[in-house]
Amino acid sequence: MPDKTMIEISHVTRSYGPFRALDDATLSIREGEFFSLLGPSGCGKTTLLRMIAGFDTPTSGTIAIDGQPMDGIPANRRPTNMVFQSYAIFPHLNVEQNVGYGLKRLRLDAAEERRRVDEALQQVSLTGLGKRGATELSGGPRQRVALARALVMRPKVLLLDEPLSALDKKLREQMQVELRRLQQAVGITFVLVTHDQYEALGMSDRIAVMFGGRIAQVASPKEVYQKPVNRQVADFLGGMNFVKAEVLAENDASITVQAPGFGKVTTEKPPLYSRNGAGATLGIRPERLRVLWDDATAPHQISGTVVDRHYFGEITHLIVQAPGFEKPLSVSETNNYGADDIPVGAPIRVAYDPDALVALAD
Amino acid sequence: MSVQSESVEIALDFDWLIGMMAMIGVAWERDGPWVDGTPHGGTIPACNQTGTRSAAMTATAEGSRAAAPRRIERKPLLRSGQAQGLALVSPTLAYALILLAVPILVVVAHSFWTQDYLTIDRSFTLENYRIALTEPIYRDLLMRSLWISLVVSITTVVLAYPIAYFISFHGGRHKSLWLFLITIPFWTSYLLRVMSWKVILGYNGVLNSGLLALGVIDEPSTALLYNSSAVVITLTHAWAAFAILPIFVSLEKVDRTLLEAATDLGDGPIRRFVRVTLPLSIPGVVSAILIVMIPTVGDYVTPRLVGGKDGVMIATAIQAQFGKAANWPLGAALSVTTMAIVTAMAAATVFLIRGAARMAR
Repeated sequence: MPDKTMIEISHVTRSYGPFRALDDATLSIREGEFFSLLGPSGCGKTTLLRMIAGFDTPTSGTIAIDGQPMDGIPANRRPTNMVFQSYAIFPHLNVEQNVGYGLKRLRLDAAEERRRVDEALQQVSLTGLGKRGATELSGGPRQRVALARALVMRPKVLLLDEPLSALDKKLREQMQVELRRLQQAVGITFVLVTHDQYEALGMSDRIAVMFGGRIAQVASPKEVYQKPVNRQVADFLGGMNFVKAEVLAENDASITVQAPGFGKVTTEKPPLYSRNGAGATLGIRPERLRVLWDDATAPHQISGTVVDRHYFGEITHLIVQAPGFEKPLSVSETNNYGADDIPVGAPIRVAYDPDALVALAD
Repeated sequence: MSVQSESVEIALDFDWLIGMMAMIGVAWERDGPWVDGTPHGGTIPACNQTGTRSAAMTATAEGSRAAAPRRIERKPLLRSGQAQGLALVSPTLAYALILLAVPILVVVAHSFWTQDYLTIDRSFTLENYRIALTEPIYRDLLMRSLWISLVVSITTVVLAYPIAYFISFHGGRHKSLWLFLITIPFWTSYLLRVMSWKVILGYNGVLNSGLLALGVIDEPSTALLYNSSAVVITLTHAWAAFAILPIFVSLEKVDRTLLEAATDLGDGPIRRFVRVTLPLSIPGVVSAILIVMIPTVGDYVTPRLVGGKDGVMIATAIQAQFGKAANWPLGAALSVTTMAIVTAMAAATVFLIRGAARMAR
């Protein structure tokens, strides 16, 4: 994949009076990349997307698309197209007319226009439904119409504003796969806004995690999940066990902490880590704590008692109270070996790999 | 054939009445004294009544399930939305039947009879219709009435659309204030509003004195008042609010995201308006045209006061037949003819605009 920058966002701030919806965001998105803006509601992700599309103007800072600064360029003259959260299908037009809406302005000859509409309909598997009234369709197909309508314009960047949030779980998972496949087929830069971490992790090449108008971390899904820069990011992307620790030593690359229960641990230093007094937080994902069955042993293990459990079909969450730990640990174990049969109150031993422990900035 | 168009006319008229009532309701709801009289005041007891009744039915049904099977069967009927709806509209329906349908039937019946000096000859004849449709005086008056109402409704809608658009898209938090301001002229009577146009357009009127003072004209113009344009001006003003409101409502219903989508797909503000906003507000435009056109054809007061000789419309002729000329059957035939033509015109308008909207895509 060429590493050419498609969208360059530098020091973009958007204020509404004293409130900063987006605070000094700097980001570059590569050509042909599937990029996600992930965060809770009100984190500024939609504001940023709308500024890329041209529906909102930065209070300060600049946005450039494909090397062209976008200052003063209205939404209708930007090389971007958007799939709206509500789909925004024109109710007075049929599927074909919706898809061909933007092409009308290009004054293509009839055959070429026809060909491009058919191609777009085929890309989203809606072939044959062109004459259908747009309002007769249900959520899934409507979404495809919105997608085809944007794709047919062959934009440099396709913007997706929580496109899957209105679909049921099954359909959402199916569309995730299709979106990813489509993106790879057309090679257009996709920018997706979502609050669903699984959606972002499953589809993206890279993710920007946002909180309170600021970009907290930009990295690949794996890195964001395994090496979150701070507690907020770690917590937002699935659960994590947090333990307060004391910093013993630190250098440019690593940090050594003393944590109750885990003892002395040396880990990679998070990139944005800044010393906050003498304390640090150590975290470990629930699935990185494995149950030790019968008399199996491991070099690093913790003993405790099951105080609660939650059954989720393929996995069970065991809440384990262990001596030395301030708060109970959450352990996620597959049900292949009978984790769902462990009764509350039973003694338990769990093993962990010290590499799975991450130091977090608070 | 005339009976059929008659019923269409009634239906249209009824719709129109409901629309008017709803609008007057909107306009007056803010005004204290009317609150008790509005339909809202009336629906609450009606609802309670229905509620109590169905509760009683349930009690009866549960108390004597075996003894009274017939009542159990009837329960769903009384509870059904249809029955409740019918109960709610029945006072209005009765009112409409007695004061609208019956008089219209009387008029239709008369149109097939003959005036025989002081009595009515009740043998069936189409003579009145022959006169109404072929006498040049009636034909001309009818054509003029239709022409004026068409001009009035188009002018009104063309002038009302930008106002409705402004309130809907740029009204911000003050939308209801704007709507309220629009209803202010309706606080005075229709007659007074027509009279004030006389003051504005008259020989020594506001407009003439103003133009004289500015030196635009040397002597007062007599071309302003007592002609058909005076009728058009007065009616356009009188019906403006009734055109603004339905257009406003349909513009409010336009999903703003659709406009963003159109922009995103490359449309500038004008193209976006023509391709999205206008087609989606067509229902409001159609109802505005109908609301203005249907009643203005038969308007009597305005042509009488500001129309002069040149602005006489069909209603004046009909009034003369029922009054001085004492020929009720001819007056009735003229009324029925007017109604039938208005119905046809209204239907044609609906089809034309819908068709045009479809073409615009």
